[in-house]
Amino acid sequence: MVDPVTGELRVIAPGHTFKSITEKLAGIVLTSHTPLGWWGGLVIAGGGVGLLGLAVTWLFLKGVGIWGITIPVAWGFAIINFVWWIGIGHAGTLISAILLLFKQSWRNSINRFAEAMTIFAVVCAGLFPLIHTGRPWLGYWLFPLPFTMNVWPQFRSPLLWDVFAVSTYATISVVFWYIGMIPDLATLRDGAKSKFGQFFYGMIALGWRGSVRHWVRYETASLLLAGLSTPLVLSVHTVISFDFAVALLPGWHTTIFPPYFVAGAVYSGFAMVITLAVPIRKFYHLEDIVTIRHIDNMGKVMLLTGLIVAYGYGMEVFMSWYSASHWEYFMMWNRMFGPMGWAYWVLITCNIALPQLMWIRKFRTNVALMFIMSFIVNTGMWFERFVIVVTSLLRDYLPSSWGTYKATRWDYATFIGTLGLFTFLFFLFIRLLPMIPMSELRILLPEAKIHPKGEPLPEAGD
Amino acid sequence: MPVQEGTYGLLAEFDTPSDLVRAAQAAYDSGYRRMDCYTPYPVEEAAAAIGFHRDNVSLICLIGGLLGVVAMFSLETWISVWAYPLNIAGRPYYSWPAFIVPAYEWTILYAGLSAAFGMLAANGLPQVYHPLFNAPNFRSGATSDKFFLCLESTDPKFDIAESRAFLEKHQPVSVVEVEY
Repeated sequence: MVDPVTGELRVIAPGHTFKSITEKLAGIVLTSHTPLGWWGGLVIAGGGVGLLGLAVTWLFLKGVGIWGITIPVAWGFAIINFVWWIGIGHAGTLISAILLLFKQSWRNSINRFAEAMTIFAVVCAGLFPLIHTGRPWLGYWLFPLPFTMNVWPQFRSPLLWDVFAVSTYATISVVFWYIGMIPDLATLRDGAKSKFGQFFYGMIALGWRGSVRHWVRYETASLLLAGLSTPLVLSVHTVISFDFAVALLPGWHTTIFPPYFVAGAVYSGFAMVITLAVPIRKFYHLEDIVTIRHIDNMGKVMLLTGLIVAYGYGMEVFMSWYSASHWEYFMMWNRMFGPMGWAYWVLITCNIALPQLMWIRKFRTNVALMFIMSFIVNTGMWFERFVIVVTSLLRDYLPSSWGTYKATRWDYATFIGTLGLFTFLFFLFIRLLPMIPMSELRILLPEAKIHPKGEPLPEAGD
Repeated sequence: MPVQEGTYGLLAEFDTPSDLVRAAQAAYDSGYRRMDCYTPYPVEEAAAAIGFHRDNVSLICLIGGLLGVVAMFSLETWISVWAYPLNIAGRPYYSWPAFIVPAYEWTILYAGLSAAFGMLAANGLPQVYHPLFNAPNFRSGATSDKFFLCLESTDPKFDIAESRAFLEKHQPVSVVEVEY
């Protein structure tokens, strides 16, 4: 579907009107017919949630000893998964905020479910540091609360910065997502046939009626939230990289971490958007709204961020040589050729070598290949965090204190459980809430153009 | 508050945003002020036509952000210097560079919440009941594919017959009277 005028791929397939957009997208939510495939997916994902519940319950009963963490590898799967999930969330904010500021209107089709992805990813991410504390019932100690013991947090620690970064990120993401949804919820309220639907959407639409005065304030608030989310999203992964970079550990103590963590986050997040978008557009027949143009553009963003990440890896290797530090040099050698060296090469293959295929336009416009690529990239990004966490800790200064790391079945169960939780929440979201912003799509339609004032009205009276 | 009764206004329905903008501009030019347009997506031209150019959401957001940075930075300073001073490797109690990060996050948090809730408050939302929802055609189009102009009865220039005649001139799909 190439536009004959611009020569570019179209953002939305031709033929849509205000009405058809409403009917198609509101229909997905308002229909009383729930597809069987949706139930199937929900049940499978629900199994994951059950597994997570089991793993976490057992953890609370027995303690973190059921995980594979040891000394020296005291940060295992929990931190790897935390960073991986939070990173996935970042693409949602990038799409909804940064691309809005850059006036990339193609993002309108995908921003809502990318934002939902952000929120659900943050839910999964936030779980890990909490259960990793060992005594999660004391989790509230992380916040500066005036409780009776008069104990206050220590603000010079990056781990506490993390608390503020992640909690702010979660709050602002939810608010931005909800504010963006209000006009569409009003559309659902007005279209709902069932009493429950009218009541439910009526309450959460807050009485939105589309007054242009409201729209002006709404647009200002959206732009402000976008402008605020942009530095926020960059700061969140920067602060997470401080968890590592501020420590005086070879392999962690580097200044390249903040930018390369942020780029890696966006990289894996876009991969996850593709992982979600491809089955959804197929299942709900949204090929005319989430078009090849979107897949193509996301491929380009992944290519760019992938190269930034590759630069980060290159710099790490270079600095470990250039620093002339024996410990840095050994760490890098151990990372590449030590007992866990295979993980490094998996990471290089998945994150740097294979994604170069996305230089080819034919590859980027092939939905099936991009779907596979999204899995490859997210595998690579998971291994990146694995390599950073495990291989840096594995062998420290004294050979007598060297150790190894082997994840247990509970580590895997918790990780698979969060994948299930993420999918479960996502299934609920696409059934109950508008997953594609109708009000923003209407702006993209040719009908939305205001004709010049001088143009005579058809059959003008006077 | 006394129960309001009578006519809220006259609601004209249009098929295209261009028709709406033209009608709204004409209404403004002929002296109507208490009126509003209702559209399923932001139509900036319509807001400009009825003379609504500036909003104060940015100001609310700025105040919120300043509040956030002051609140967090003072909290950190108070805790680290007075309430619970901890000697961490001999670093100063007042380690302001370390305090920047949480203060920065709270600036964004307060500014974002102020922008979002300030926008809702300035819009008078949530407001689940509104007279316009009584109009038979409003809910079937205002959030989907129709464009509405409402001349409100509180406008000094408002007169049922005259205002209706005025709206009819602009080829609306329909003009209906809205009750409170």
